[in-house]
Amino acid sequence: MRQETVTTESTLKTAFSDYWSRIKVGDIGSLPAVLGLVVLCIVFSIMQSSFLTPGNFANLLTQAAAVIVIAMGLIFVLLLGEIDLSAGYASGVCAAVLVISITNHNFPWWVALVISVIVGIALGLFIGWLVAFLGIPSFVVTLATFLAFQGLLLLLAGEGGTIQLQDKTILAIENSNLKPLVSWAFFLVCAVLYVISGVRRMAARRKVGLKVELMKLWVLKTVGLLALCAGAVYALNLERSNNPQLVSLKGTPYVVPLILLILVIGTFVLNRTAFGRHLYAVGGNAEAARRAGINVKWVRISAFIICSGMSAIAGLIFASRQNSVSPTTGGSSTLLYAVGAAVIGGTSLFGGKGKMRDAILGGLVVAVIDNGMGLLGYAAGIKYIVTGLVLLVSASVDAISRKGSGS
Amino acid sequence: MTQPILSLRNINKSFGPVHVLRGVDFDVYPGEVTALVGDNGAGKSTLIKCIAGIYTAESGDYHFEGNKVQVHGPRDATALGIEIVYQDLALCDNLDIVHNMFLGRENKRGVTLDEAAMELMARKTLDSLSVRTVKSIRQTVSSLSGGQRQTVAIARAVLWNNKVVVLDEPTAALGVSQTEQVLHLVRRLADSGIGVVLISHNLNDVFQVADNIAALYLGQMAAQVRKSDVTTNQVIELITTGKSADITPVGAK
Repeated sequence: MRQETVTTESTLKTAFSDYWSRIKVGDIGSLPAVLGLVVLCIVFSIMQSSFLTPGNFANLLTQAAAVIVIAMGLIFVLLLGEIDLSAGYASGVCAAVLVISITNHNFPWWVALVISVIVGIALGLFIGWLVAFLGIPSFVVTLATFLAFQGLLLLLAGEGGTIQLQDKTILAIENSNLKPLVSWAFFLVCAVLYVISGVRRMAARRKVGLKVELMKLWVLKTVGLLALCAGAVYALNLERSNNPQLVSLKGTPYVVPLILLILVIGTFVLNRTAFGRHLYAVGGNAEAARRAGINVKWVRISAFIICSGMSAIAGLIFASRQNSVSPTTGGSSTLLYAVGAAVIGGTSLFGGKGKMRDAILGGLVVAVIDNGMGLLGYAAGIKYIVTGLVLLVSASVDAISRKGSGS
Repeated sequence: MTQPILSLRNINKSFGPVHVLRGVDFDVYPGEVTALVGDNGAGKSTLIKCIAGIYTAESGDYHFEGNKVQVHGPRDATALGIEIVYQDLALCDNLDIVHNMFLGRENKRGVTLDEAAMELMARKTLDSLSVRTVKSIRQTVSSLSGGQRQTVAIARAVLWNNKVVVLDEPTAALGVSQTEQVLHLVRRLADSGIGVVLISHNLNDVFQVADNIAALYLGQMAAQVRKSDVTTNQVIELITTGKSADITPVGAK
């Protein structure tokens, strides 16, 4: 502790120089995603006035939601240095199961949801078992299941068929909003909980005499984050209907609290539980993890289970957004956007590095490109090329920073 | 002389037709550094793996703290309090020092990790080894030098109150000053009462820290002697020819 007291007296200046030296050795985290997001938003706002409107902002969130949730699940798999190429179609299959259970079999929405999540878990168990016990590279396994799930979805939906969904609760997730007052109340509750958990963590560390994060820096970060969120709630509470007399459209879409809930649970699991720690360990050095007595196979299987289980939640969002399920649900660019979101957000493809929030930051970058270029009237081809290039840039940043840190 | 904490008698081990260990006797004393030397292929690694329980010897006795024990797997050895620090260290580069030291044996409070308690214990262990070289124990292992990594791996072995710590060539990949640091650490480890086994090719290192020296030659224990009784040349003779004039093995005392 003697030496520690010297460093506890750090100032904002030393904190920033620490951060800067971390960036220099390649530990850049989410910085590129944040910068990219800011730059993209500025560029699109200048080029197209309809980009920076409350309506488009809400639209952006609901557009990005499903991809973000798939990316959140993928992060568990990417942390191990594995990949799940079939997560997109897994969400399609789960969406089909959900919609069929409701529309064709008249199950209540929550029973249907439980069934679809169980199907997702079963798909993940199957993939994880093949990877962990048979030792087939996950790339190959999930390439096979990618094709197989696509076929399964086609069979479930029927040739060229679209199954409609009429359940109000499920449709509400992407199409209805928390009332403005409820939105503010929700924000306040989240903010208070966030501050309390931060203060309690610091108090616990100070009590036993451990080095505590610089108070000024913490306050700065917390105020910044909360201000940003408050701004978002304010924007979402603005009227975004073209004809407010006829139908009013304002408030936070229900999907936002859903994603926040997944973010909180996922972050808790990764940072605060032994299981999360073991995920990072297996991704960093599987042999070291095995020698430390960690059940590496079980960790691998559970990562794939979580990934496919999250795909089922994404399937729910897809079904809600499309009011139906079709053979293309969760297909085409979904998976690539999700992988792109995770990597752009700062999750490493080499394993061992990544956070839940990466999915949200990266998912927003992908959605902003998609949305902004769409508004500017670019063809789909150009959008794909630009998104591909952004993914390539992020992957290069990942690879180069890995070299920089010498690991 | 004190009782050996770990004592192997007449250990035999073969792989198919190759008789790797032939009637090896080996003693480790608490509070002492026992250097295990020998040329490539002499059987050092095999002997270590027999101690660790990774291999089971075909015949021979395994005594720990004076009692005869059966070691059938790595778990048995760990349960006795024997920890091996392998040359590759088995650290996770992406985790910090505390995480690595507690990997697989995390302190928990309910379902959550008890980070504060782990950090305190890690700090205490590093302090007890007088480790001053690491700036923050919350930095990732990827940012550490080779010597610091070795320090973390050794500290992890100490953290769990182990009675015997086996170090497999801890200085092989290190520069001069880092070698010096690690050797000091090895000495302090022994001074704290742990029985330390040091495998090394470098006789300078061996003579600097070891209390007694065991030389393997073609699967046989050429001799286990007190360091004070031998010269470097005699040890080299033992390593290369398996015998040396005027050597009195420890057992004969």
